[in-house]
Amino acid sequence: MIPYAPLIVLFPLVGFLLIALAGWKYRSERLIGIVGSGVVGLSFALAVGVLLEMAALPSDARSWSVDLFPWIDTFTGTAGSFGISVGYQFDQLSILMTLIVTGVGFLIHVYSIGYMHGDEGYWRFFAYLNLFIFMMLNLVLANNFLLMFLGWEGVGLCSYLLIGFWYQKTFTGDAGKKAFIVNRIGDFGFLLGMLLIFKTFGTLEFSAVMSGASVMTAGTSVAFWIGMLLFIGATGKSAQIPLFVWLPDAMAGPTPVSALIHAATMVTAGVYMVARCAPLYALSPDALLVVAVIGGVTAVFAATIGLVQNDIKKVLAYSTVSQLGYMFLAMGVAAFSAGIFHVMTHAFFKALLFLGSGAVIHGMHEEQDIQKMGGLKKYMPVTWATFLIGAIAIAGIPPFAGFFSKDEILWYAFSSDLGSPALWLLGALGALMTAFYMFRLVYLTFYGKERFDHHHVHPHEAPKTMTIPLMVLAFLSIVGGFLGVPPALGGGHIIEHWLAPVFAPAQRTLMLSAHASHTAEYILMAVSVLIAVGGIYLARRWYLEHLDVPDSMAAKFAGLYRLLWNKYYVDEAYDAAVVKPIQRLSDAFLWKVFDMKIIDGAVNGSGWLAQTAAQWLRKVQNGVAQSYAVIFVGGILVVVSALLFF
Amino acid sequence: MLTYTDFLLAMPLFSLTVTVLLIIATEAARVGRARFSQFLAITGLLVTSLLAGLNLRESGVAFQGMIATDAASSYLTILLSLAGIVTALVARPYFEHRDAHRGEFYILLLFAIIGMVLMASANDLITLFLGIELMSFCLYVLAGFERTKDKQNESALKYFLLGAFASAFLLYGIALIYGSVGSTNLDAIARAYAGISNQPLFLLGTAMLIVGLGFKVAAVPFHMWAPDVYEGAPTVVTGFMATAGKSAAFAALAIVMIRTFDIGGSTTADVLALLAAASMVLGNVVAIAQTNLKRMLAYSSVAHAGYLLAGVAAGTAEGFAGVFLYLTAYTVTTLGAFAVIGWHERTNDEGTSLDDYVGLSQHQPVIAAVMALYMFSLTGIPPFAGFIGKYYVFMAAVRADLTWLAIVGVLTSAVSAFYYLRVIVMMYFRERDGEHIPLPRIPVMIALGITAALVIVVGVLPSTVLQLFMPAM
Repeated sequence: MIPYAPLIVLFPLVGFLLIALAGWKYRSERLIGIVGSGVVGLSFALAVGVLLEMAALPSDARSWSVDLFPWIDTFTGTAGSFGISVGYQFDQLSILMTLIVTGVGFLIHVYSIGYMHGDEGYWRFFAYLNLFIFMMLNLVLANNFLLMFLGWEGVGLCSYLLIGFWYQKTFTGDAGKKAFIVNRIGDFGFLLGMLLIFKTFGTLEFSAVMSGASVMTAGTSVAFWIGMLLFIGATGKSAQIPLFVWLPDAMAGPTPVSALIHAATMVTAGVYMVARCAPLYALSPDALLVVAVIGGVTAVFAATIGLVQNDIKKVLAYSTVSQLGYMFLAMGVAAFSAGIFHVMTHAFFKALLFLGSGAVIHGMHEEQDIQKMGGLKKYMPVTWATFLIGAIAIAGIPPFAGFFSKDEILWYAFSSDLGSPALWLLGALGALMTAFYMFRLVYLTFYGKERFDHHHVHPHEAPKTMTIPLMVLAFLSIVGGFLGVPPALGGGHIIEHWLAPVFAPAQRTLMLSAHASHTAEYILMAVSVLIAVGGIYLARRWYLEHLDVPDSMAAKFAGLYRLLWNKYYVDEAYDAAVVKPIQRLSDAFLWKVFDMKIIDGAVNGSGWLAQTAAQWLRKVQNGVAQSYAVIFVGGILVVVSALLFF
Repeated sequence: MLTYTDFLLAMPLFSLTVTVLLIIATEAARVGRARFSQFLAITGLLVTSLLAGLNLRESGVAFQGMIATDAASSYLTILLSLAGIVTALVARPYFEHRDAHRGEFYILLLFAIIGMVLMASANDLITLFLGIELMSFCLYVLAGFERTKDKQNESALKYFLLGAFASAFLLYGIALIYGSVGSTNLDAIARAYAGISNQPLFLLGTAMLIVGLGFKVAAVPFHMWAPDVYEGAPTVVTGFMATAGKSAAFAALAIVMIRTFDIGGSTTADVLALLAAASMVLGNVVAIAQTNLKRMLAYSSVAHAGYLLAGVAAGTAEGFAGVFLYLTAYTVTTLGAFAVIGWHERTNDEGTSLDDYVGLSQHQPVIAAVMALYMFSLTGIPPFAGFIGKYYVFMAAVRADLTWLAIVGVLTSAVSAFYYLRVIVMMYFRERDGEHIPLPRIPVMIALGITAALVIVVGVLPSTVLQLFMPAM
């Protein structure tokens, strides 16, 4: 399988081309669905094959890179030259990400067959989705920064296209634009970081940059700024403070898109990038501290907003932002494999929750407000059961997947040399709120009184193509965590063991001390389980048993409630601080003065000049061959005299 | 002594010759009709490009030093064959529509390509001259192929008169160089170059070579024929002349100026830079005032000659690579554009004006889209071929201390955006009121498909293309 590994990337591209070129003509949903899901399934199967063969190799032979063809070559060998290939790097980290992307991607493709049934843009949807998988695979498999950047921009493009998929609605179009613009700000940081890397190391190949980093002295300002600039890119793509504002709005897109792009895969690109650049980050503990603090604060901040939202997808969106915060918290305390582990488990349970919410929305005739649901358990049992599993997993109840990964992050946040009790507290606070808002969602949606209008809404279970992916993801949300059972619980922690060689150079640079005793780990573990149970209990009391409590709380803390309900007024603040001033500047100066007077003046002026000259020169072209010969002779005189007399 | 190797190195030339003789024979025996000749021509060109492809990694001198085959010449043979194939594909619908589809078109086309391949693989000034003349005579006739049309007769006659004028200077230049070196062999001239490069006799010869080849590539001030001839000739012929003709002439110019003379930094380079700047400025500025698409592309081809000359003026291996890459980009793009124009043109020669393209996107969206693609490529917008060509040529110029020339190039490119994008504006942002034109026939669609795909491939994978003709880079 290994020689064919680059085909993993190719299949979705073929799917995209087939559907994009022929789909609009042959609008057979069946065929489009089969091709669209099939190519991703093929990639997944091939990736599994590669993984199995890779696992059979000795651990130091599990990383290799394939250059397919030179991409940009500016006369290599001379000074200041720049050469880059389209090449893929296969190692323990990239194959794991590939499996997540293609595996979850495949399930979501299958789910979309049912979800998008009857949509006018069915072929367009699958074409974009395949293009997204292609770009995402470029992002995770690239062996150099430039190709990764191509994937990075590519997934951003697909995200934009898919958020605004129902472009007839103004709101989805605006949400798409918002996502694109906010991401561009982050991408600019990534780009600058890439340029700084090229300036520092003279190459953009991962292997060369990372080996260059391993011999650099730690703590230099260059290392700090490389880390910071790349992290700005990550805050955009992975929706961290201060660039998280686009993700909640991105829920305007179709639900499978929210599950695939805005929960399971694309938004974790920033985490993957930091992990990939671990040797660079290891050079700057300051940069890691910034990553950890931003991650921890985002985890709490987004969770507080999630407490009061009523749109089922918005709650999940803020939950995603919060969970991504955990992943960055892990990166910041140099628990790289724990962060990647959480990327994996989160992909399972968050994709599950989103697809479950999609099934609910589908069954409720496009209703998204949880205040207008309730008691859906008996109408959609499969959705209910799987959604409950997802909620338990994200809340962190053992032995579900989320428990192991989240607990490991909290443990490292506390015990790592780069961690601190304060960081742990942020994480624990976030965990409490996560358990609370998730079960608030569960109780309001599936339990209690039926608050919808029975005359217009007839809830029903989703079709098989939708429920089967739910069941598969539910299964993964239950067992996914067993890949990372910590030694303290008698497990081997397969994931950490598997990823260790990838992060070894970074760990060598950091020289962190060994962990504290298991006793502290047990205590923290118990605390975090208690926290989760506490959160769930609170949600049960308030939203199932004492329904008047939330209202009275909201009335009591009206100011705080309003603050959370309005999402801390971040959008409004950005609007007032950034958008409005730029608009005023563009309107009053850039447009009316700079553009209309200076630019247009220059353009029209030179245009007028060119036109006038052209009209005059046109007269020389009079159609008479003899006069052409005269000009020819004039030219000869010029050339001869220039050569002989200068 | 002729050896087996001689024949191997000249295989593409032989396959072309055999093909053309076959066509002559079948035409004479009236075995097939013009369609059969077209089929033979395309097959022969495919075989030729295959043989040239096999020669890509060979290099050597054949026929007592008269011709030299290497990666660059083999690559150019492929490019010229491709231009021939596209032209042959487009020619049949074009001429059948006008009741002028005759077999001798393919005979002339193939003879012209033989001349071009000779130019690209010349290792002697005499071979070079032979190639140029063979090519030119065929093009003179092709320019007036529909001999009942006055406009084409005028075009052919003008081209012939001025071409003969230019050939005389070229031959005179060869004689002067022979006088100062004592040989017309390019290897011998290259060896003697350092010693004689400042001799007035040699410089005068160089000047005449520049004049003669400058005419063929339509560089200012030797460009005056181009607009009239391009406009008057049948559109398929114009497309072929503007691409294959220019490619062969530039290959010859690059081989002589860079490989043989090593002009980097000399006065000769400055003169070429001057012609380059003049071509860029004049070509682009006058193109703005054109309302006829064929004439506009004629001036644009003058401008492109300027960009290509910038690569030659750099005088380095990078410049050489830049010229070949630019030729590839320019050839595939312009061939496609002329194929569209040929399809859109009516039998009475109407339909080539810019106004006729108004609203084409609502009428034939696919054709409008590929035309827009060609226009973007010609403007030099990434990721299309035209951008890559300009990038390499300008970079070579900058590295050869001709930064001013690169600046002129970039500024004039900005000017060119005006008239290229105007075509797109016409096609996409105006309401259609013109007549209905049916979709092109299958051969034209194939030609458009090939060229459009190459415009993207060359733009995305420049290094792969570069390595075809410059294995060392």
